Amino acid sequence: MSQVNRLPDGGRIDRDQSLAFTFNGRRLTGYAGDTVASALLANGVRIVGRSFKYHRPRGIVGAGPEEPNALLQLETGGRALPNQQATRVELYDGLSADSVNCWPGPDFDLMSGIGLFHRLTPAGFYYKTFMWPASFWKYYEHVIRRAAGLGRAPTAPDPDHYDKMNAHCDVLVVGGGPAGLAAAAAAAASGARVILADDQPELGGRLLSERAEIDGGPAMDWAAAAEAAIAGTEDAIVLKRTTAFGYYDHNFVGLIEQRGAILPDGGDRSRQRIWRVRAKQVVLATGAIERPLIFADNDRPGVMLAGAVRSYVNRYGVAPGKRVAVFTNNDDAYRTALDLADAGVAVAVAAVVDVRHDPSGDLVTQAMARGIEIVDGAAVTGVQGSRGVRGIEVMGLNEAGDGVTGAARDIECDVICSSGGWNPAIHLHSHAGGKATFDAERGIFLPGETLQAATSAGAAAGTFDLAGCVDGGAEAGKAAAAQAGYKKSPRRKNPKIATEDEAPLRLIWTVPTTAPTGRRGKHFLDQAHDVTAADVQLAAREGYRSIEHAKRYTTLGMAPDQGKTGNIPGMAVLGQALGVDNVGDVGTTTFRPPFTPVTLGALAGRDVGPLMDPVRMTPIHHWHELAGCTWEDVGQWKRPWYYPKDGEDMHTAVSRECKAVRDAVGILDASTLGKIDIQGPDAAEFLNRVYTNAWTKLGNGRCRYGLMLGEDGMIMDDGVTTRLADDHFVMTTTTGNAASVLEWLEEWLQTEWPELKVFCTSVTEQWANATICGPRARDLLAECTDIALDAESFPFMSMQDATVAGIPARIFRISFTGELSYEINVPASCGLSLWTALINAGDKYGITPYGTETMHVLRAEKGYIIVGQETDGTTTPQDLGMDWIVSAKKDFIGRRSFAREDNQRDDRKQLVGLLTDDPSTVLPEGAQITETRLERPPPGSTVPMIGHVTSSYHSPNLGRSFALALVKRGRERIGENVYLPLDGGVARAEVTGPVFVDPEGSRIDG
Amino acid sequence: MLLIPCPFCGEREESEFHQGGEAHIERPKNPDKLSDAEWADYLFLRDNKKGLYLERWVHRHGCRRWFNVARDTATNEIKTVYKMGAKPPRGLTKGRAK
Ligand SMILES: [Zn+2]
Repeated sequence: MSQVNRLPDGGRIDRDQSLAFTFNGRRLTGYAGDTVASALLANGVRIVGRSFKYHRPRGIVGAGPEEPNALLQLETGGRALPNQQATRVELYDGLSADSVNCWPGPDFDLMSGIGLFHRLTPAGFYYKTFMWPASFWKYYEHVIRRAAGLGRAPTAPDPDHYDKMNAHCDVLVVGGGPAGLAAAAAAAASGARVILADDQPELGGRLLSERAEIDGGPAMDWAAAAEAAIAGTEDAIVLKRTTAFGYYDHNFVGLIEQRGAILPDGGDRSRQRIWRVRAKQVVLATGAIERPLIFADNDRPGVMLAGAVRSYVNRYGVAPGKRVAVFTNNDDAYRTALDLADAGVAVAVAAVVDVRHDPSGDLVTQAMARGIEIVDGAAVTGVQGSRGVRGIEVMGLNEAGDGVTGAARDIECDVICSSGGWNPAIHLHSHAGGKATFDAERGIFLPGETLQAATSAGAAAGTFDLAGCVDGGAEAGKAAAAQAGYKKSPRRKNPKIATEDEAPLRLIWTVPTTAPTGRRGKHFLDQAHDVTAADVQLAAREGYRSIEHAKRYTTLGMAPDQGKTGNIPGMAVLGQALGVDNVGDVGTTTFRPPFTPVTLGALAGRDVGPLMDPVRMTPIHHWHELAGCTWEDVGQWKRPWYYPKDGEDMHTAVSRECKAVRDAVGILDASTLGKIDIQGPDAAEFLNRVYTNAWTKLGNGRCRYGLMLGEDGMIMDDGVTTRLADDHFVMTTTTGNAASVLEWLEEWLQTEWPELKVFCTSVTEQWANATICGPRARDLLAECTDIALDAESFPFMSMQDATVAGIPARIFRISFTGELSYEINVPASCGLSLWTALINAGDKYGITPYGTETMHVLRAEKGYIIVGQETDGTTTPQDLGMDWIVSAKKDFIGRRSFAREDNQRDDRKQLVGLLTDDPSTVLPEGAQITETRLERPPPGSTVPMIGHVTSSYHSPNLGRSFALALVKRGRERIGENVYLPLDGGVARAEVTGPVFVDPEGSRIDG
Repeated sequence: MLLIPCPFCGEREESEFHQGGEAHIERPKNPDKLSDAEWADYLFLRDNKKGLYLERWVHRHGCRRWFNVARDTATNEIKTVYKMGAKPPRGLTKGRAK
């Protein structure tokens, strides 16, 4: 079988370029210019998938983004893409596609038995059946997901790359059909910078699918001339294969362009590009989407949209069937009958079934003249053939349109072209807050008031005749350019376009049969989600009044196609079921971006792999790397975690490092600590307000630990700040909070206390910090500097300027381990020199580089907190037993909140230590703590949690495990036991004070 | 994606800024004089209005300056921007429900 449905000539395909592809393993061929859908139809493929709920065989319905059925799994491995609409995928050589919604294949589907039990699956099926009992959902879900077959995720990293482009323009025109081309040409002619975006590989929009004429020649000649005029304008950008997927505030529009990789001429360009366009004016020429008539068994393969069939015939040279019937409520569908009748001997028009009596427009007259049978005032009441249309049953339609009359007649056909009129594509208009107004006569929503600098033109504005589209588009383009500041436009000559006289359509939302809706055949509204008119009517009977609720209950319009064909009929069916006079009053559901799905790859763009986030490295990074350290990510920083020697595991390496610091001397790269330089005459007063303790009397060259609170009284950050001069301080912050603390300080200075003369500058990256720590630290430093280091000359919590290893340095006597410690700060460029000098000089003292893990163990042994580990945003200084740092003599940020009732509760969680009965048990951080031990709590009972473990380590200095924890009334419990339910059983621990090593602080001076 | 006119830099993308909540909420001069309820009002309660809203923004990835924005929360239209410490322009009242 090869392209049995391809017409002998015609279409915009390149018959010299044959393309091979596979569908569900079958090898097929198509032509360049085909979509996968047109190629499948050319090859006579009728069933492309199975429906979501009933697993009914389904065929191609549309020719664009409205397609509900033909969802494909494209390619495999890293390029796998699920849920791609066959109507939107350009064919390329070697393409491989599979149906997503069937197993094992669309022609034989094991799940289709569900259709026989359809009484089991009415509207709200999932809510009613699977949501109860709730605990069973996890079992149902597997079955449903398997049955639903929503496509498969890629199994390997994406080999392609994606990128993004920011662009600004005066006028963005979305849609390259007749209105869009006219708009872009007019705007460009006025001198505006124009971007024209269209989703197809060729501009022309609907003209690609019609046999229209402009100025006495093919309309596409006019389109080509318009395109050339636009592209020839300076600064104009014409983007093909580019879909506007979202319209956001302040005229910001997201476009996605198909560019490379799998496209025929893609080469190694990025596969897709996201354009972030900020436009002064936007013209929405997004066209219209045809809606089907909703008749019994309207989902049979071969039931298609009339306009889509015209696309296949005129654009792709494909006749989807041999004998085609048209079912319509309007004149436009007669174009399909005429185009098919002119397509040659391969296809015949069986009949046009028109719900109107005595249709009379120009196109109807032409069809009559061609000898096409017209069955007027009639309804299609049934479809023969479950795996593909074989014929239709037609009856008379009564005056009210809600019942059938007369005898049934069968008409043999293999394709039904259905048309219920065209809905303006107002999606983008609606994304950015535009209102929709209902045109009751035509049964369509029109773009109403907009919040953006935008206009809609052409079919998107409800203008369906070609002359009106071209004219309206040109006017919109000219007006947009004028609004953007280009007021002079050249005189425009309106092209000559013949307009057929068309009679009004007749609104029929559900085509009746001899039985109530749903009793004889199914009237599908949403084929992608298998939602029928009967489902919506049931929802109305069950009390659903709002379309937004009915939508979620029935899942109408919530499939990948987002109900582009079924939403308006669905809204109307609900309106009728509720008995509202004007179905427009039901309203439409909210349109939200994206218009069509956007790949995650495109959204990520280049921000993947090493480029996802900046990596910050200290000046000493290279040394650590050579020393073979393991790394810990702290925010964006890379910090040495520990330095394993000769095959050591983490435990051994950390134990060695911990012992070295307490017994000899260790060295830590602390360059990542946040450092903020604070200067100005009011600097001390400022610190007084942002820290809990007092700062005005701190002497020059002295250091002080500070706690910073939020206004709610909760701990936000901590660190040591040093006074360098009367009006000059340097503050340190935790590594992770450096940026947010600077922002916090600036906010208070700018918004609340602008009278304070203070400037804050981040100097984190200007200084490298090598911290030497341990009883031999003084001996080591003495070898590198000539200042006096004895405890009297250089006391704890003070700072001295000095020269260390020939480098000008600030030395701070601060300790985060309880040991004698010097934090040596030098200009960043000298960091590595300082480090290597200290390592060399320290060799004889057994200097040991240590990483963040050892730092954490050592500080926890001393009960020193880490903000974000011992605190979680609900922790006060009092909770941590740090009342000593809270001044009673002055106001500071957060102080008033201490008096709040919740902060006065006597059962607040307090910081304590925990020692497990088994000294080898290292409790998991985050483990919950209980007061009592229950091996097997009775069903339904709960055991109150009284706290959790915040830090937990093995300490080589203690020779056992230990932990810090926040426990309710923790300080009262010291000496008592608590319990920790863990995976392998319940651990028991004794509550202790939070300081495990040197509680007297005797080691601080070495 | 808003386009925000920074009073110091000009129009920039929203992603360069950070929103800082309702404007013109002054820190009480003497917090100790406030009842718990009054303090909680300052601490936690903010208007959540549909319509004109006066709010603070900071040009975090630009000049790092704070300023006030009068924005319609229903349409996202920015009526005006004005500097910290300045009164809202005439005709734009704070309109905080009390
Ligand atoms: Zn700025």
